[in-house]
Amino acid sequence: MKNPFESLDKVMEHRVRLQIVSVLVANESYDFNALKELLDVTDGNLATHLKALEREKYISINKSFVERKPNTRYKITERGRSAFRKHLDALEELIKQQKK
Amino acid sequence: MDQNQTYQKDIESIRQLMERSVKFLSLSGLSGILSGVYALAGAAIAYAILYNPKTPFDYANQSVKEITLIIQLLIIAVIVLTISLITGYALASKKAKKLGVKIWDSTSKRLVVNLAIPLVSGGVFILILLANGHFVIATPACLVFYGLALINASQNLFDEVRYLGYCEIGLGLVCAILPGFGLFFWAIGFGVLHIVYGALMFKKYDR
Repeated sequence: MKNPFESLDKVMEHRVRLQIVSVLVANESYDFNALKELLDVTDGNLATHLKALEREKYISINKSFVERKPNTRYKITERGRSAFRKHLDALEELIKQQKK
Repeated sequence: MDQNQTYQKDIESIRQLMERSVKFLSLSGLSGILSGVYALAGAAIAYAILYNPKTPFDYANQSVKEITLIIQLLIIAVIVLTISLITGYALASKKAKKLGVKIWDSTSKRLVVNLAIPLVSGGVFILILLANGHFVIATPACLVFYGLALINASQNLFDEVRYLGYCEIGLGLVCAILPGFGLFFWAIGFGVLHIVYGALMFKKYDR
């Protein structure tokens, strides 16, 4: 049998990244400041994790200007969505196994 | 076992965030009850203006035609709406503080937009109806558009709001079949249903 540990997504093993992805799965899109407030993290911290997710092509970025202020919106990609699903399945499997 | 707790915490935080990022959970059940009470009070005042000294059954044979009456009724409706909104906002900010969340975030903004689209289009539509003298259909239209707004906004609220929306639409359609009882249906839709819904929500989420 396949070891569920190996199915865990390495990028999403970090809690903040996992949280970012779950918010983006539940919402059409989310902007930087709203994410920051929701997750209660610092600018730098959030930016680092967003970059890591972008590198994996789990999220896409859309930069625009709202009332002359830069506004960055993030969206989940199909790749990110399926990675999230797989990661959840692996978590579920791990919990099930350890309960036995 | 330690690992396991980490995973369970992960899943718990996902669940919470997904819900909180979509749903505005600060809405208080108490504000539903109070806005129902305001609506009943408004309906009672409207009743006094309209039917005194006739009974509603005498009145059902006529319809509201005088423009001054319509304006008086509109003023009552606007006052009821304003007080309800203020109460709702005050109670929601209190609950948000208790939950440790901000009341004005991207979720509540989306909620306002989703509510406003059917409400504003309905409101303008009803004003046009009134301006053209179609008084009888105004109350059913209020109920139906309000119900549609609730269903549209239910994705950002407690799921139960959807059922309140269905009830309002059903009531509006029955009201359209029975012209002349507009005030009666208005009192049930905005008064009684709000009180019942608010009480259920208060029991379920606020205690």
